[in-house]
Amino acid sequence: MQLIACPWCGPREEVEFHYGGQAHVPYPDSPAELSDEEWALYVFFRDNTKGRFAERWNHTTGCRRWFNAIRDTTTYRFESVYRLDDPKPPVTELARSRRSTAP
Amino acid sequence: MAELLRTHPLEGWTTRFERLPDTVRITVEPYVAMVDVRLAPVGAEASAALGVDLPTTPGTWVPAGAGRAVWLGPDEWLLTSTTEAPEELEARVRAAVAGLGGSATDVSAQRIGLRLTGARVRDVLVKGCSIDLHPRVFGRGSSAQTLLGQAGVVLLALSDAGDDVLVLVRSSFAGYLADWLLDAALEFTPTPDR
Ligand SMILES: [Zn+2]
Repeated sequence: MQLIACPWCGPREEVEFHYGGQAHVPYPDSPAELSDEEWALYVFFRDNTKGRFAERWNHTTGCRRWFNAIRDTTTYRFESVYRLDDPKPPVTELARSRRSTAP
Repeated sequence: MAELLRTHPLEGWTTRFERLPDTVRITVEPYVAMVDVRLAPVGAEASAALGVDLPTTPGTWVPAGAGRAVWLGPDEWLLTSTTEAPEELEARVRAAVAGLGGSATDVSAQRIGLRLTGARVRDVLVKGCSIDLHPRVFGRGSSAQTLLGQAGVVLLALSDAGDDVLVLVRSSFAGYLADWLLDAALEFTPTPDR
């Protein structure tokens, strides 16, 4: 079983964690002005990256905190983890986003 | 009117615990008042108001008066007290942290404590716990929220020899965990003469 390094608790078995989808999807600046289509893009549409992907994880059976991780979706290897208030790793290091979900 | 008696969820396990050898003792802890504290940031002001320095190192606990302060998260702790009633502890902690933007919630009924003592405690725990419990890294003052078998638990190391561990488990999982512990301790338990 793969170990995932919680930024708070350290390495734990992956069954202790839950997946939270793509990270760094910003909440719309002016939600009231969004069209239905723009809402749908924000709520439902995510990148389907092949390669390195920034995503959210929750340490469910441990400290119950959310954190971000860079994971390679082809190998499932976790390359790094960082706290929510840490900056996103440089975009050039990630696989190119197919489309921005920001409004 | 029928009288409502307070019963412990592990009352039915008492005789089976008594059969365990000294190398794996399981003692059901008496009820303890517990309060969940949310507070950020934590500093000298909070320490003065609470009378304890809340531990900021993940996976640690410190003594706090007649109880303990356990790290549960970067802004969350579990405060226990063996001398105060749950509502007294909650009121005292709430008064201490409310002015600092924190909160306190009585969670005394959430978990019960099982104290495991003896030379074989670590051999029993490792059968269902993946974290490193060697005293070198899990000495007195260490804590961990993790899985033991299929149950979420909080482990508190009470000794530096790895032979004294307090397991906090949700009351509804207590029966499952008690059965699991008895099964894990079976190889160290002498079989009765026939
Ligand atoms: Zn954690």
